[in-house]
Amino acid sequence: MSDPMGYDVIAIGASWGGLHAVSTLLDGLPDDVDAPIVLAQHRGPEAARGVLESLLQLHVRRPVVEPDDKEPLERCRVYVAPADYHLLVEKGRFALSTDVRVQYARPSIDVLFESVANAYRGRAIGIVLTGANEDGAAGLAAIKAQGGVALVQDPASAARATMPAAALAATVADAVLPLEQIPPYLHDLWRRAA
Amino acid sequence: MALRVGKTEEPELEEIELELLLEGIFRRYGFDFREYAPASLRRRVRRRMHGEHVGSISALQELVLHDPAVMERLLLDLSINVTAMFRDPSFFLSLRENVVPLLRTYPFARIWVAGCSSGEEVYSLAILLDEEGLAERVRIYATDINEAVLEQARLGVFPLDKMREYTQNYIRAGGTQAFSEYYVARYDGAQFSRSLVENVVFAQHNLASDAAFNEFHVIVCRNVMIYFDKSLQEHVHRLFHESLARLGVLALGQKETIRFSPHEESYEVLDAAEKLYRKVR
Repeated sequence: MSDPMGYDVIAIGASWGGLHAVSTLLDGLPDDVDAPIVLAQHRGPEAARGVLESLLQLHVRRPVVEPDDKEPLERCRVYVAPADYHLLVEKGRFALSTDVRVQYARPSIDVLFESVANAYRGRAIGIVLTGANEDGAAGLAAIKAQGGVALVQDPASAARATMPAAALAATVADAVLPLEQIPPYLHDLWRRAA
Repeated sequence: MALRVGKTEEPELEEIELELLLEGIFRRYGFDFREYAPASLRRRVRRRMHGEHVGSISALQELVLHDPAVMERLLLDLSINVTAMFRDPSFFLSLRENVVPLLRTYPFARIWVAGCSSGEEVYSLAILLDEEGLAERVRIYATDINEAVLEQARLGVFPLDKMREYTQNYIRAGGTQAFSEYYVARYDGAQFSRSLVENVVFAQHNLASDAAFNEFHVIVCRNVMIYFDKSLQEHVHRLFHESLARLGVLALGQKETIRFSPHEESYEVLDAAEKLYRKVR
């Protein structure tokens, strides 16, 4: 699993309780974990533009942005899926879609994760956080199946346990961790890859 | 429903299968999806694989090449862009504020809605023009690659259970009437008033292969090019640049940009947040 060449993307999926969970994760994020971070956070189509990024920006130095279509992924950035779009990645670039909601969600975590698995295979890390639905389970299994790293927030520590529990039922996670221990785990992956 | 990953697909193998499928479709039926953005394309093809109960793209290819009915179903999957009436209400507010005054300066104006899909945006625009008193002076050309969705657009029947969402969008978009005045409920559909589309021409047009066909004062193409790859996007930008009158307006989707397009220098920004651009050269 410890690819000596390291990791090119960290994909995070969060739903109910996600703002707090992602904030906590970003708070602890070490600087040398520099791969682009791509977040699919469930929210309504009418969510006011720019609010999620600016809230998350309070927790991390690297820029937090919503990507435009075909924007290249860059290191040391946090990318947030825009409300009412699916966010996908292709090799090195983002792609957007307004296709039907998946599991009632747009952005959908499964859509993001499956595209990440496809484009980055063993060089991807997927993290499923708190949520009250089962989105992200199939996507995390896809990342794992392509040789990537699957991390899941410990359901017992999550604001809503359904989503991390579904992810654990769908795939064998590399680690099941309370939020505070996810950044040190990532740091460890980076040290081992270096 | 999530698309289940049944077995470990090999991305490289699937890439080969996908290319072969698209090449086959092009040579057999003439539809060219070879320059579509691969990530969404792959999802849409997988959706059709599930629908046809086949386990690989190669198996789907066999069905598609031998059975035109399967091709028709795949064509719907590949070419229907999902949208909503008054999607992004702030965009329609900006149209009222920034584009309607420009339209008033012309005795007669033409708007092209490129990739109109099932017509939600066309009816939204038609309502807006009607309320601004411009319905008779503006003709909308609504085009799509897919004849079946154009037929839906002509009919103007949208799901009744969407009307709550659309009504809210309409109000936030600056609508001045009661939204329910524009349609009558029929079974589970909302039939929109025929008078809205009296000045709309629906026609098949393929952005990938067809040429410019008129000169327009406004071109609206939102969330259509996100399904294209960079080279097809550039091709379409050339087509739009050719088709726009001087000082004409180009409207793109919320997360689309003309940055990096070969025609970036030809436009000035009319509303940066709503992705409205004006052709200046």
